[in-house]
Amino acid sequence: MTTCDQKDLFTYVLRLGDSGLVLGQRLSEWVGKAPMLEEEMALANMALDMVGQARNFLSYAGEVEGRGRGEDALAMHRDVGSFSNLLLVEQPNRDFAYTMVRQYFYASFAERLFEQLQHSADSRLAGIAAKAVKECRYHARHSGLWLVRLGDGTEESHQRVARALEDLWPYTGELFEMDEVDRRLLEAGVAADVQAMRTEWREALNQVLVEARLPLPSDEIWMHSGGRIGRHSEHLGHLLATMQILPRSYPDANW
Amino acid sequence: MIASSSDAQTSRVWQVLEAVPDPEIPVLSIVDLGIVREVAWQDDCLLVSITPTYSGCPAAEFIRNQVGSALADAGFETATVSEVLTPAWTTDWISEAGREKLRQYGIAPPEKATGRRGLFAPELTIHCPRCDSRRTECVSEFGSTPCKAHYRCLDCLEPFDYFKCL
Repeated sequence: MTTCDQKDLFTYVLRLGDSGLVLGQRLSEWVGKAPMLEEEMALANMALDMVGQARNFLSYAGEVEGRGRGEDALAMHRDVGSFSNLLLVEQPNRDFAYTMVRQYFYASFAERLFEQLQHSADSRLAGIAAKAVKECRYHARHSGLWLVRLGDGTEESHQRVARALEDLWPYTGELFEMDEVDRRLLEAGVAADVQAMRTEWREALNQVLVEARLPLPSDEIWMHSGGRIGRHSEHLGHLLATMQILPRSYPDANW
Repeated sequence: MIASSSDAQTSRVWQVLEAVPDPEIPVLSIVDLGIVREVAWQDDCLLVSITPTYSGCPAAEFIRNQVGSALADAGFETATVSEVLTPAWTTDWISEAGREKLRQYGIAPPEKATGRRGLFAPELTIHCPRCDSRRTECVSEFGSTPCKAHYRCLDCLEPFDYFKCL
């Protein structure tokens, strides 16, 4: 147990869990309608990794909170305003290009985040991160290769991935935001310094985009914010409605 | 419990665990796979620690139940089977015997310690588990289970699974 405010720790771990859960749910929406069998497997596998990471984070968040809420209660019995995931991950799948751009933005970020968190002073957080980093690295590689293939592919695939980049880019600023909770936990050696990762993340992205013959997005652009404090786009409510309907309708349902 | 009988009991436990197959690759035991992390005794209670291969491995709970019932069948009714995340599992923990079993089963065993491959790293050379050809290609980085990728041999033309390196 580290010496930090338990409320801060709960907020921090919950945010990580919520982003994993929401992205896992988004990816799983592809099941049964992916563009080809191999990608069907890939999308479902990535969804599974994200949900697995979310389970680890949410279980831990529930323990830190100490009010008897387990992973299921946190995932299934909270409303939009209590979710603290990044706005990026709740954006709809739209087409395969959107899904891959969103995945690359997140995975390439999460890879760096968990790389650092595996050395967190909080050993439980470090353990979860040490597993997650390997999975996110694999996702970044997979989605990055797709960005290259789509960008340097046909006229249509190029157009689609270019549009996805332009539309999703304004959601990337939030990845690197740090508020008081982050700062206090960084001070305690628990949290990662995401602000310091931005340049490296951007350089890796640029390398992919050059290879993909895609334009580099501008830094001088307004960025969305608010997901981490419960201010969400309209899309999250619809996602939660689908995800939560069974446990909401039958609160005591069991396998 | 005196030390010598405890040692004998411990090796009995390992024998039981060696007979528990991985549900998705039944040719491997969970010991071959390297997911049994510890067999320990607390007073007279047996504690077995298992680590998942992937965060979201759907077989993890099933494996814990299998281990519990295998141990109960062998007379260790009060064994506690718990999950540990640290240190994170790596394919380097698959035993030599396990790697050979994989190959004979038609799954190419993982390369050692290459899981940190970056985006533009060169393609790996994976040997075909059937004809040992080096001329193989990756069909998909994700295969039939979370821990495998899908490959094809360009010589014998057989498709095969490659155990992803983690």
